[in-house]
Amino acid sequence: MSHSHPTADGAGTPVAADPNLAVLTGVDYSIGGKAIFRGLDIVIRRGAVTAIMGPSGTGKTTLLRLITGQLRSDAGSVVVDSRDVARLDRRELYALRRKIGMLFQNGALLTDLDVFENVAFPLREHARLPERLVRNLVLTKLHAVGLRGAARLMPQQLSGGMGRRVALARAIVMDPEILLYDEPFAGLDPISMGVVMRLIRSLNDALGISSVVVTHDVREISQIADASYILSDGRVVASGTPTELREHPSPVVHQFMEGLADGPVSFHYPAPDYRRQLLDRSEVA
Amino acid sequence: MRGLPGELIASLGGFLERLGAMTRFSGQVLWQSPAALLRPRLVVEQVYKSGALSLVIIMTCGLFVGMVLGLQGHDLLQRFGSEEALGTGAALSLLKELGPVVTALLFAGRAGTALASELGLMRATDQLSAMEVMAVDPMRRVVVPRFLGGVISMPLLTAVFIAVALFGVQLVGVQILGVDQGQFWSQMRGAVELGDVNEGLIKGVVFGVACSLIAVFEGYNAQPTAEGVGRATTRTVVISAVVTLVLDYILTALML
Repeated sequence: MSHSHPTADGAGTPVAADPNLAVLTGVDYSIGGKAIFRGLDIVIRRGAVTAIMGPSGTGKTTLLRLITGQLRSDAGSVVVDSRDVARLDRRELYALRRKIGMLFQNGALLTDLDVFENVAFPLREHARLPERLVRNLVLTKLHAVGLRGAARLMPQQLSGGMGRRVALARAIVMDPEILLYDEPFAGLDPISMGVVMRLIRSLNDALGISSVVVTHDVREISQIADASYILSDGRVVASGTPTELREHPSPVVHQFMEGLADGPVSFHYPAPDYRRQLLDRSEVA
Repeated sequence: MRGLPGELIASLGGFLERLGAMTRFSGQVLWQSPAALLRPRLVVEQVYKSGALSLVIIMTCGLFVGMVLGLQGHDLLQRFGSEEALGTGAALSLLKELGPVVTALLFAGRAGTALASELGLMRATDQLSAMEVMAVDPMRRVVVPRFLGGVISMPLLTAVFIAVALFGVQLVGVQILGVDQGQFWSQMRGAVELGDVNEGLIKGVVFGVACSLIAVFEGYNAQPTAEGVGRATTRTVVISAVVTLVLDYILTALML
């Protein structure tokens, strides 16, 4: 099992004092008595597209919520932009979050606002800008995701892929330094998937930001990620470039990268013996 | 198996825990309310949603409550030969009791459920989480304007309910059953005092605060599932109704 941190940098990396944008060290986190993370170590490098992969239920979304400070770890530290998230008070945490854009799995668009107002939402909340400037900024971001023409549609009128692209426009409207993507490819048709994939890479490079993509779509993310982590059982089981991961000796990594149904990660949720349960009449009312 | 005493203790513990959470939540909402008034557009939008959109149901129910009051009041007063007192009796019962209480129950059913389900769905679809990540406090941006919208709407709806109900009383009592129009209005004007109007107004404000707080609390803290949102909506109506009636007794006892 490899625990070495990835070193790949994306193109156009800004010169910064600290090359690491986020560092998670020895993070423990449990919910309802169930351990999600046990000694998790992850480094997110500036300017890179970092993929966080792993089977469902390994706490990938929880990891993003730890980075944004929505959740606090039980042990270990989460340092984002050289600041320990757990030690920030509410005002400092909100100041940090202004540097973070996040794309939720379902888009999480505000359903009482149209597309334009959804994208304008962070601007109106955080900056007192002239209406003309707000309009131009919003239209620029919508144009970047190819949905300038949908500005006056309501979220309910959008397809899944369109909704996610609007959410992406909203996530970048405040020019964040880090963009977090929660399952950006889930449930998308192949065309939308390709569009979103290219957008992640091109936005990362054009805006000079850093991206963290939580996904289990190995093939798609391998094409655009500079570095990847595979999580399993609350820990990082492998990290490196997509090529390194494909050649990784660990059976868990092999199973995940090749999409095999059974292996170290069991297809079946723990259950009593199949034959015995079928023959057992005591469970029948 | 915990047995009955164990279940009772657990249930009481759960109730106290929820009461504590509600108190803390109420404190946060009230603390942030003055600042929310600095963004009147958000509050006005909610006054429209909670108030203006409830007008049809409030006016329809008000009319029929008034008409029934006219029929029953006339029947009762006729036995004592004092039908002219119909205006006074109807006005006092509407101002002091029926108006605020029935409006609050209707408000909980129409606007309260809308608030709770809207907030619950926002929670379930990550809209509130998205706001937090965008460094926007959902309490300040979403919860408090909805609370204030309800608090402002309730006394206004109460006034509309009472006015329409009085029209209903007059319609049945004067136009159909033949009570003298002059007597009807003059006795009402003579008997109803400013204190009676204030009693209704105070009750309207208090019920507005209670029903709006319950609705936003239940919605904001709903489990992020279809069942959770449904349960929050049901709880909003049930708790609002019980709290309204309990508060009504307390306020009446204090103001009599």
